[in-house]
Amino acid sequence: MTALEIPPFLPFLLAAIACAFTRGRLTSFVVLAVPLIGALNLYLMPTEYSRQLQILSFELALVRVDKLSLMFGYLFHIAAFFSIIYCLHVKDRMHQIACMVYLASALGAVFSGDLLSLLIFWELMVISSVFLILARRTPDAYSAGLRYFVYQFLSGLLLLIGTALYFQQHQDLTFTLMELEGAAAWFIFIAFGIKCAFPMLHSWLTDAYPEATPGGSVFLSALTTKVAVYTLARGFAGSEILVYIGAVMTCFPIFYAVIENDLRRVLSYSLINQLGFMVVGIGVGTELALNGAVSTAFNHVLYKGLLFMSMGAVLHMTGCIKASELGGLYKTMPKTTLLCVIGAASISAFPLFNGFVSKSMVISAVLTENYEWVWLTLIFASAGVFHHAGIKIPYFAFFAKDSGLRSQDPPANMLIAMAIAAALCIAIGIYPNLLYQILPYDLNYYPYDLSHVLAQTQLLCFAALAFVWLNLKGIYPKELPSVNLGPEWFYRKLMPSIWRKGNHMSQAASAAAHQFILNKILAFMALLEKYHGKDGILSRNQSVGNLALWVAILLACYLALSFIGA
Amino acid sequence: MKQSKKYLLDDKNNVKRLIRIFFFFCALLFVLDFIFHRHSTHPYEHLWGFYPMFGFIGCIALVIVAKWLRTLLMRPEDYYRDEKQTGSKEPDDDGS
Repeated sequence: MTALEIPPFLPFLLAAIACAFTRGRLTSFVVLAVPLIGALNLYLMPTEYSRQLQILSFELALVRVDKLSLMFGYLFHIAAFFSIIYCLHVKDRMHQIACMVYLASALGAVFSGDLLSLLIFWELMVISSVFLILARRTPDAYSAGLRYFVYQFLSGLLLLIGTALYFQQHQDLTFTLMELEGAAAWFIFIAFGIKCAFPMLHSWLTDAYPEATPGGSVFLSALTTKVAVYTLARGFAGSEILVYIGAVMTCFPIFYAVIENDLRRVLSYSLINQLGFMVVGIGVGTELALNGAVSTAFNHVLYKGLLFMSMGAVLHMTGCIKASELGGLYKTMPKTTLLCVIGAASISAFPLFNGFVSKSMVISAVLTENYEWVWLTLIFASAGVFHHAGIKIPYFAFFAKDSGLRSQDPPANMLIAMAIAAALCIAIGIYPNLLYQILPYDLNYYPYDLSHVLAQTQLLCFAALAFVWLNLKGIYPKELPSVNLGPEWFYRKLMPSIWRKGNHMSQAASAAAHQFILNKILAFMALLEKYHGKDGILSRNQSVGNLALWVAILLACYLALSFIGA
Repeated sequence: MKQSKKYLLDDKNNVKRLIRIFFFFCALLFVLDFIFHRHSTHPYEHLWGFYPMFGFIGCIALVIVAKWLRTLLMRPEDYYRDEKQTGSKEPDDDGS
């Protein structure tokens, strides 16, 4: 089984170059073919394989294939396939190239066997993905893109420092399981944490994803954070701190999601909530938990991609994405509605949808390891997911009040992309073995037992009941055009206002100093004016006779004094 | 006229019917808890109606806390926008 041994990122990188020189149908053909070629290449690859490369004195593993990286590799190819179809109508060349480079670098990152290659792909991912935000070409997107770039750059910087320290300690760059001890590991951990949207480090995500292009947000939701999940699973599996970080991540975003008006931002909050489940699984670190974490990542790309695509379709067709402006779209966008509801059911983990077969693994693992509070948190978060992503998204976009918008279903390519993702969501929900057979660890788990199905259905239906009841009673918070403060307040409001105040104060100080000196100069001028000005005592006209008289008087005085003195 | 076309949920009775079916379904699920014996790993799971009540009360608490959070966190939509910068509303995404 010696395949051509093409590194998985290479086809996408070549496609990016091809995009620069082709146009129209040829470009479409290239970008459609490349995930298929890539997937075939991946399929032909041996399951354990590593390609070493000697650069300077470093032994680099540019490609390392094992079950974990292979699974993410397949996932990214699937995501690439439907996302590319979704973006086929986009003729913006910058967008096309950015997508290809972004995919290539994400694949490079999950297949890199050492920290240095990881760092390179990590940075490349940042540089390429920012263009998917900038490509929206609005002032808001532009500034959000810059903030995203700075944040991600910071993560790269921390990874660089961590890598350097790690090399100093171990004289080895192999990326493998680390103990969370010492500066090197912590730097690397925080770098991964920024990418994984840890609490308080998450604001780049909710800031930038809703500002990206409709297609860009589908790519973004699939790749960046999943690479972070992969790196955490590879480097820090079983670090207990992750259990608590993850539990916080599942909980706090759902409160924001309930009151958020921008529906793509609601999805971004729910993305963090889902990441929380994965991070908890990684933190627990047992085989069941890790399988749960990576299969949640796998399923999440499918249903979150589907939801982002359906909301992107709404944005594309109606031009707005605020819940306060939308509603009643089921009338004219029935296909999008149906596909969105499938995504919503999947993310809520209804039985027969793919969320169910993965999320329950994490929850079971948490319970087996006796994290009682974390378990309760996760159940609460599961109900909360249904509440905001499962009900709120489809309800406010497609039902609720009639907004008067009568947009049609989106172009065929968008519908096909959504249909592929939806089909996969249902297929994995019905035949979980499709997914289970590519998991990194052996699995002896059957999700469809009666207790489990009943418990989950009860939980979700009563969460829905709460929604219906709150709506009937009029307690449910209205959708209002607003922004809600988060950690971004520190750098979007506090720091600029400190800067502005500082500026203001320094301006005031310099103005005061200026005024003081000016006053002194004016006073001096006035003095000169007084003595030398018109009729000043030193500028009067004196006749020569006058002066001679005064000299005579002076000399007489002098003479008189000399007599007295002698 | 397209505008005046009646859709499924425009009829209030249909909505009522749907909600009634849903209520019935929820009640049925609740009753199932007493019929089947769920095997459980945690003592809480033994409690009758643990999952339904958790879902219901959890979500009501979620919404009420979130609503209260609004008084703390909600700002007008142009809160972060500079005076200079005027955000244009919607662009076309195909770059044409």
